[in-house]
Amino acid sequence: MLDDFFIRALLAGIGIALITGPIGCFVIWRRLSFFAGTLAHSALLGVTMALVFELNIAFSVFLISAVLAIFLLQLQTKTNLPNDALLGLLAHSSLAIGLVIIGFLTTIRFDVMGLLFGDILAVSQSDLLLIWGGGVLILIILKIIWKPLFASTINYDLAKAEGMNPDRYNAIFTILMAAIIAISIKIVGLLLITGMLIIPAALARNISNNPIQMALLSTIGGLLSILIGLFSSLEFNTASGPSIITAALLLFLISLIKTKKFSELKK
Amino acid sequence: MENKNKVLLKVENAGISINDKSLVKGVSFEVKQGEIVTLIGPNGSGKSTTAKIALGIYKKIDGKVKTYTNKIGYVPQKISIDWTLPVRVSDFMTLTEELTQDQINIALNLTGVEHLKNKSLSNLSGGEFQRVLIARAISKQPELLVLDEPVQGVDFKGEIALYELIKKISDKMKCGILLISHDLHVVMSATDYVLCLNGHVCCSGTPHNVVKDSKYKELFGDRASNILSLYEHKHDHTHSQDGTIDQK
Repeated sequence: MLDDFFIRALLAGIGIALITGPIGCFVIWRRLSFFAGTLAHSALLGVTMALVFELNIAFSVFLISAVLAIFLLQLQTKTNLPNDALLGLLAHSSLAIGLVIIGFLTTIRFDVMGLLFGDILAVSQSDLLLIWGGGVLILIILKIIWKPLFASTINYDLAKAEGMNPDRYNAIFTILMAAIIAISIKIVGLLLITGMLIIPAALARNISNNPIQMALLSTIGGLLSILIGLFSSLEFNTASGPSIITAALLLFLISLIKTKKFSELKK
Repeated sequence: MENKNKVLLKVENAGISINDKSLVKGVSFEVKQGEIVTLIGPNGSGKSTTAKIALGIYKKIDGKVKTYTNKIGYVPQKISIDWTLPVRVSDFMTLTEELTQDQINIALNLTGVEHLKNKSLSNLSGGEFQRVLIARAISKQPELLVLDEPVQGVDFKGEIALYELIKKISDKMKCGILLISHDLHVVMSATDYVLCLNGHVCCSGTPHNVVKDSKYKELFGDRASNILSLYEHKHDHTHSQDGTIDQK
């Protein structure tokens, strides 16, 4: 029953969950949910660019995400518009530009659905290498910058005053997010990577009381979502990417019940 | 001011303007080891801004700021911890510095909040949080402490105790302190040097000299200049609970 492609899908999913668990916590803590979504939207432009210039897809997506992040920082200094407005502007315009360029590419058949929802069952060995290699690198970097990044997340002024250099770590974190989206776009797709970044971390917040615990629970939540999602997609013959996110949502709902009971117990 | 100790912070003709509007300008002062320098002034006079300039928080400033230590403890005026951040007091204590459990306990004990160690930051009251902020700032044994309204929201009795603690820290740990306070009583009794701000330095000097300055009287009114007289007499005795005098 467990075919090769399914094993590869499992391995890819586990790799993704291990990265998005702790990174997703920072996305929630730093209120970057919408930013993650914006980066994911811009990935469509990245994929189109890859097709036009015959680049590696992951590399091209990473490049576009990074350019977008820098562009956002520039916009923030030029105007007083609130962040969510700027992010919305960037998300939709980069998506639109991507679709316009696709229109010109009459010679290339393009699977937009595959890009939106990913195709975890079509993971190749080189994809696995990219996810696990990139993932290990991302997690090592996160481990190294955890303390200053966390301090900058709690309070910029405090971190800056006490010599933690928050600007540098904010920039590194942005690059890490671009990298995650680049290596996972093919697996879970751009609409679902945001879900994997946010939902496991959100459910972990409901049942944790310190940052390390939240990162661990978020990772466990992500792993469970992958396992439940993949096995049920096999069982019920549903689309695998959306099944994973649905499983994550169910776990989130369970975590809500838990917190209610938990707080009642404390009384 | 005859202090031969090491200079920790030197601010020269510093200021900042945002969108062409000057928030504060032309501020110069020094903080040396074992010295308490205080910034006073009405709301919006640039006290917190000056502290942030001194700490290098702004990217673009006018003038020059030099710090001669990297062991800095900072208690910001406003800090809000979002509910999404699950942070216990003990996690917060080690935010910018590695500390042993003993060091954490001692610092929390000094500000009277050791019992809150495993509580979540978002569950603390304003005064409790302020005590944790001070404990965190002193736990790393800084050479320079910057305290922006450190006792806001603390009850009256605790306020006095905390100011005494701050004074004790400056004496014992020989660190320099840059203090922002509304409490003129405290400022005038425990400070070595006072800067009176109102977008610029109105007057500065020892507390004794500042209260005599006409600009100080303009800013704070006549009653404020009488404050010092309360402290001019030397306390050579204390009062017991029943009012009798205990000779020292």
